[in-house]
Amino acid sequence: MPTHTFVLNGEQVSVDVADDVRVLWVLRDVLGVTGPKYGCGLEVCRACTCHLNGKAFHPCSVQIKDIQPTDEITTIEGLPATVGADLHPMQEAWLDVDVAQCGYCQPGQIMTAVALVKAKGGALDDADFDAIRNVCRCGTYHRIREAINQGAANM
Amino acid sequence: MTATRRFNPDVSRRKFLGWAVASSTLVVAASLVPASEADASILSPPEPSDLFDLTDLLTDATLPTSLLVTVTVHPDGTVAYALPRAEVGQGLTTAVAMIIADEMDAPIDSVQVTLSDARSDLLWNQLTGGSNSVHSLYTPLRTAAAVARKRLVAAAAAQWNVSPDSLSTRDGIVSGGGRTATYGSLATAAAATQTATESVTLKDDAAQAVIGVAQGRVDALEAVTGRKQFAMDLQVPNALPTMVHRAPRLNAKVLTVANIAAVRAMPGVTDVGIVSTGVAVRAQTFGQCIDAVRALQVTWTGGTVNGESDATVLAKLKKAELPLLVPKVPLLTKTVEGSFTFYFRSNSPLETNCAIADVRPDSAEVWAAMKSPVITKQDIVGKLGLPGNKVTVHVVEGGGSFGRHLFSDAVYEAVEASKLFGKPVKLMWHRTDDFRHGRTHPMATSRVRATVLGAEVLTYEQRHTSVATDFTHGIGELITAAAARFPILGPLGFSEAVFTLTQNVSYNYGVTDQLLNETFTVNDFHTGSMRNIYSPDVRTAQELITDQIAKVMGKDPLAFRLAFLKDARLKAVLTKLGQVGNWGRAMPAGTAQGIAVHSEYKSRVGALVEIDCRPATVNRVVADGVTGPRVTKVVIVVDAGRTINPEGLEAQMQGGAMDGIAQTLTSSLHLVNGIFEEGSWDNYYYTRQWNVPPEVQVVIMPNTTSTPGGAGELGCGVTQAAVACAYARATGTMPTTFPINHNQPLGFTPLPTVPPIPQSPTDGLAHTF
Ligand code: FES
Ligand code: FES
Repeated sequence: MPTHTFVLNGEQVSVDVADDVRVLWVLRDVLGVTGPKYGCGLEVCRACTCHLNGKAFHPCSVQIKDIQPTDEITTIEGLPATVGADLHPMQEAWLDVDVAQCGYCQPGQIMTAVALVKAKGGALDDADFDAIRNVCRCGTYHRIREAINQGAANM
Repeated sequence: MTATRRFNPDVSRRKFLGWAVASSTLVVAASLVPASEADASILSPPEPSDLFDLTDLLTDATLPTSLLVTVTVHPDGTVAYALPRAEVGQGLTTAVAMIIADEMDAPIDSVQVTLSDARSDLLWNQLTGGSNSVHSLYTPLRTAAAVARKRLVAAAAAQWNVSPDSLSTRDGIVSGGGRTATYGSLATAAAATQTATESVTLKDDAAQAVIGVAQGRVDALEAVTGRKQFAMDLQVPNALPTMVHRAPRLNAKVLTVANIAAVRAMPGVTDVGIVSTGVAVRAQTFGQCIDAVRALQVTWTGGTVNGESDATVLAKLKKAELPLLVPKVPLLTKTVEGSFTFYFRSNSPLETNCAIADVRPDSAEVWAAMKSPVITKQDIVGKLGLPGNKVTVHVVEGGGSFGRHLFSDAVYEAVEASKLFGKPVKLMWHRTDDFRHGRTHPMATSRVRATVLGAEVLTYEQRHTSVATDFTHGIGELITAAAARFPILGPLGFSEAVFTLTQNVSYNYGVTDQLLNETFTVNDFHTGSMRNIYSPDVRTAQELITDQIAKVMGKDPLAFRLAFLKDARLKAVLTKLGQVGNWGRAMPAGTAQGIAVHSEYKSRVGALVEIDCRPATVNRVVADGVTGPRVTKVVIVVDAGRTINPEGLEAQMQGGAMDGIAQTLTSSLHLVNGIFEEGSWDNYYYTRQWNVPPEVQVVIMPNTTSTPGGAGELGCGVTQAAVACAYARATGTMPTTFPINHNQPLGFTPLPTVPPIPQSPTDGLAHTF
């Protein structure tokens, strides 16, 4: 079985797994990193959202063979360390607004929010919010909008 | 911070009985139905639902078993309670921690609420449904907490040789005469050596310092850090990923599998075998399960609804509709009527059906989100033929439910697969299966006819006809058990009982008459409740007709409702709603407001929405999404009797509003030849950000009762109805098909049914941002 090496949450990891296994299953089933959730495996729901070299990506739709040894994958578990704190400002905002209901979508929502705010360089407007595709079946969308701009202000 | 409280029981106040349970640390208990509340009024025969509703039935059903809730105070100061309910996002663990903390004068973060394993002794008392949990647990939890506090104070008093009356409690500390002791330090001394009853009085409502104050969820930190564990996140040794290859038609059974050996030899695959719902595969990763499921070549029997489609089901519903009686009404009477269709909807949460099972020759253990774990355990015991004490059923927090986890479909599959393979399994449904084979809200029609003479409504009749709703998850057992005392079981059994206990006419509409009929059986489709059973649809039909009646009388919808509402709490809610929502403000053509009210679970709620149906909005283009009319504002006013956690209540209303919007405007399943077309969140149009109203406001009314009502399902139906009313006013046409887009051309290409699930994409790196 091929060995795949990459940087996960700041640490070099190696896994023996077939080339075509999607990164989501490498993280969850092989490495036991369960923050990224399965909601569809179709790059639709965005519950699995993580960062690849600082940009949002959907590990359910990337094969492990396409990840290079120098690639840095950040899951929700590694997000605070990217800012050298116990919590990322976006997580703080999520707590302050008390966004989560069941919480299942929230790691993906937070990872998406951080990437969008970084890409935009600041707060999002209504059109930006409207373009977020992450599903929240508990319907926390309104608090997500509130939390994103509160988090953006502190990023 | 809780206020300091003197230990000074007021003898004139009502006493509640609890127990101190013999143990090495302080353990206290209270009956789920406190003795002092078990008076004759609870046993009185059923009234129409506005007097006696499902909440009462669910609460009353706890009487025969008379069970205990047990709270433990540990020497480290933690207060532990194993909640016999599910937590699926509704905020119950937070509310329960608040109730205990308040009555005990303990810091909320010292209270640790876990979910109880299935306890067979609890029977139907471990059912989470009907928005009943807080209502039924409120007094028992407070009683137990009060006993704990009393024992801790008594222990301090004994150590200090003072009267308990001279001591006070605050933030987990007993103090008096310059001395203090933490609850933890007193826990052993306060423990009972023999189990004995303790009589206590409960705090005055006015003295409550935690209840009623906004509190963030107790599991919020875990949720935002990814540490919150759902069933599939648990690491049970050797429980490998497992999936099921399912049929191309509902309930078809496997005839043949051509290539079991070849699939068993695929990379990562450990086991392949036939189970009752299809062919199960177990592999090192779920990705390899997907590959194996797709590779299997299976032939099937026909299934239970082969050949059925939306149109054929609708025809059967129409045929089953009970006739409206032609009322004897005076000349000049005007008739207002409508016939409404509500298509199938999926109650799929974001976490698909899933469960871990470890079945051994002499024992079994399962882990899953379950709302009726006792029934589940009974079924597992029956299926495996094991003694009850060899089956352990762990309730795990769920990634949403909306009614889905009243049934333990994935648990039974996992048990079957684990038994077949002789190995532990971590079984998960694919998203596509979850939409197609998962539980649905049954398709239904509602016919309404009202007669109006001058400024009076003489009659109101409603005939609700539904594909049979599955109640075999415990509410059924509950009603059977209560049937002797509730002579309401007609030919439809549970369904009719639930309909009668939940549905009402909010308005003074003269002679009213609401009836239910069903078609198909619960074995034909996979049905269940979905953030309520009948209310959202019945309510939507009733509110649309109410607007029509108001129109016939030439009255404003809000003024009409205020004049005709029966209930003072609803009137107060509606008055507030009109003010806060700025009812009647001038709006451009193609946009409008809509208003609706609802009462259920001892609570009252109203919604005012604004909708934009102008072409520029309706024709917005979102790739793989549905736009259409957009709700631009939602205001909800809620009177939940006594509010435990305003922040949690607001969250439930906000979430319910998103469901209501989806159910009126966008989300449904399309049945074609015995299977649903939808297989992805880009097919099943639940509310997405581009459908979310920019403005959402929730107003909580001051407390109106001393006990809390239900809230989990309250916001959904009322918003569904208000959006429908707003759409009717904005377009000038009363909608009769829900969701309104159901019969428009499909906005997606259906995924194939063979193979049953799609492969995951591989081009994700092209979409980073
Ligand atoms: S699981 Fe990756 S987008 Fe849904
Ligand atoms: S919080 Fe439950 S799915 Fe978003």
